[in-house]
Amino acid sequence: MAPAISSTDASASAAGRAPSGSARRPTADDGDVAGLGKPRAVLFAAPALILIAIFLVFPALWTLYLGMTNFRLTGTAAAHPQFIGIDNYVNALTDPRFLNSLGLTLLFVLGSALIGQSLLGFAIAWLMTRVPKTVRAVVEFFVLLAWIIPSSVSTFLWIALLDRSDGTLNLLLNTPGTGWLLQYPMQSIIVFNTWAGTAFSMLLFSSALASVPPSQLESARMVGAGAWAQLTDVIFPHIRGHILTNTLLITLWTFNVFTPYLLTAGGPDSRSEILPVFIYRLALRDGLLGQGAAISLIMIIINLVIALVYLRLLKEKKQ
Amino acid sequence: MSPTTHARSDHAIGTLAVKSFLALTAKTLFIALVLAFFAIPVLWLVFAPFDKHPRLSVKLPEFTLDNFAALFSNPNALASLGNSVVLALGTMVLVLVFGSLASYSLSRVKIPGREILLYALLLLSSIITGTAAMVPTFLLMVKLQLIDSELGVILVMGAGIMPTVIFILKDFMDSTPKSYEESARIYGAKPLRILWDVVIPLARPGLATIAVWAIVQVWGNFLVPYILLRSPGKSPAAVVMYTFYTEGGQPNLALISAFSLVFSLPVVAMYFFVNRRYGFRFHGGIKS
Repeated sequence: MAPAISSTDASASAAGRAPSGSARRPTADDGDVAGLGKPRAVLFAAPALILIAIFLVFPALWTLYLGMTNFRLTGTAAAHPQFIGIDNYVNALTDPRFLNSLGLTLLFVLGSALIGQSLLGFAIAWLMTRVPKTVRAVVEFFVLLAWIIPSSVSTFLWIALLDRSDGTLNLLLNTPGTGWLLQYPMQSIIVFNTWAGTAFSMLLFSSALASVPPSQLESARMVGAGAWAQLTDVIFPHIRGHILTNTLLITLWTFNVFTPYLLTAGGPDSRSEILPVFIYRLALRDGLLGQGAAISLIMIIINLVIALVYLRLLKEKKQ
Repeated sequence: MSPTTHARSDHAIGTLAVKSFLALTAKTLFIALVLAFFAIPVLWLVFAPFDKHPRLSVKLPEFTLDNFAALFSNPNALASLGNSVVLALGTMVLVLVFGSLASYSLSRVKIPGREILLYALLLLSSIITGTAAMVPTFLLMVKLQLIDSELGVILVMGAGIMPTVIFILKDFMDSTPKSYEESARIYGAKPLRILWDVVIPLARPGLATIAVWAIVQVWGNFLVPYILLRSPGKSPAAVVMYTFYTEGGQPNLALISAFSLVFSLPVVAMYFFVNRRYGFRFHGGIKS
């Protein structure tokens, strides 16, 4: 039945891909079973691609230009922005507030993503392979819950937890009057982001650990390998790809996360002002759009580097 | 064997027992700490909404439903939840319609440059984030006079998640059997008809996953509506929640607690429902 269809449709669907005398079904190699044809296919894809072009690609490209102007939210520079070349970049790189923010961002990524989420996520995933099913279900439920609760709510939960006069943490630790968000703003947002994001690493490592052949672990145990030896000799070599994937993705996300703004708003005195919060304050509160755009571009370029490394890894894995 | 070796192996068994006891204790302690770390912050959300006198610290509630009564008689809170529904459903419809059209055509037809396009889409979605592009996006919306417009928020959020949507949906479309489309075509069905009557029903699990994922993304998003909407009457719950506890005075904990719960429950329920029903697969991270 199928060959009959393809022979009647060969001219319509295979658009230039004529079956060279063989009995090959034209539909099989180009997959256009509904007879869409290229023009109509482009038409189908157009609305989505136009939307992406206007509201995602254009802003990113526009950043290139905006970053080289003295655009402001109000005043004369708002109506007639001037081209000032790379001044914004020079200003940014010599601005102590930018350097402070960049340093805090690195600390934030290192502490909450690389150390917090990765290590804790792996530890939980690994431990959950050796506990009763119900324990596993309960632990995973709560880790996931922290991830799913909308950020406006989860940040309020932490504001309540860390409150100076009536917070649960001060009650538990018997440290009355400690204003965690004021005295330890960076530590607070790092711990918060670890809490909110560990679920991803846990899920990823859980599925990675499930792919380690049990027979290899079994034989490692037979020759008397302890837990640590099992980890370094059997498990790590097996899940190296997953570790890299996890590291790159959570680095990218943590670098771009705006949620700490809801906890500390960058304060006190810019002590927790990571880059996203810094850009927000500079561009949208102080109105220095050109400066803000320049720093946005720096962020996009850092994102690009991380993403390219990640995509390269994906490609290598496929081959 | 000599008595000495016997004694030694006894000793070895002893240390082994101690070791495994220590390991078990460490394991239990670690699990307890992990549970405490993840569960304690959430306890407030479980207890405070039902407490007659909610405080910031966690305590067992003196049971009441008054807080919900306070919530349902607060027009601001209700309106903001309604706004969240509008934004979430609007974005969902937008990405489902545009996304399935695009992913279907990309799945079935080899448009020149398709591989590069897909690669570029994947790259774009991961590097042009809401935070990195907030300045140009804000300016663009000012120029287009879409500031303080719910349509503007829907367009920006839709464009932001569209690449991921196309990517995941194309995956689903690739794996749906093509023979039904062939038969539909023999009977003279047009491509749009085939898409609607044949492909969409087959790809339903994928569409459901995407629909829920889109809703969850928009429902919890704070930054985009925070920047693009001006009038409090248009703000979604994520933004109004923030103003409830930052705008001066003593925060009204009765209202905030009930509001937090009502605001969180839909996404938590949807997540676990879809997870149980279809299971989230790893497409480079389904949440962010």
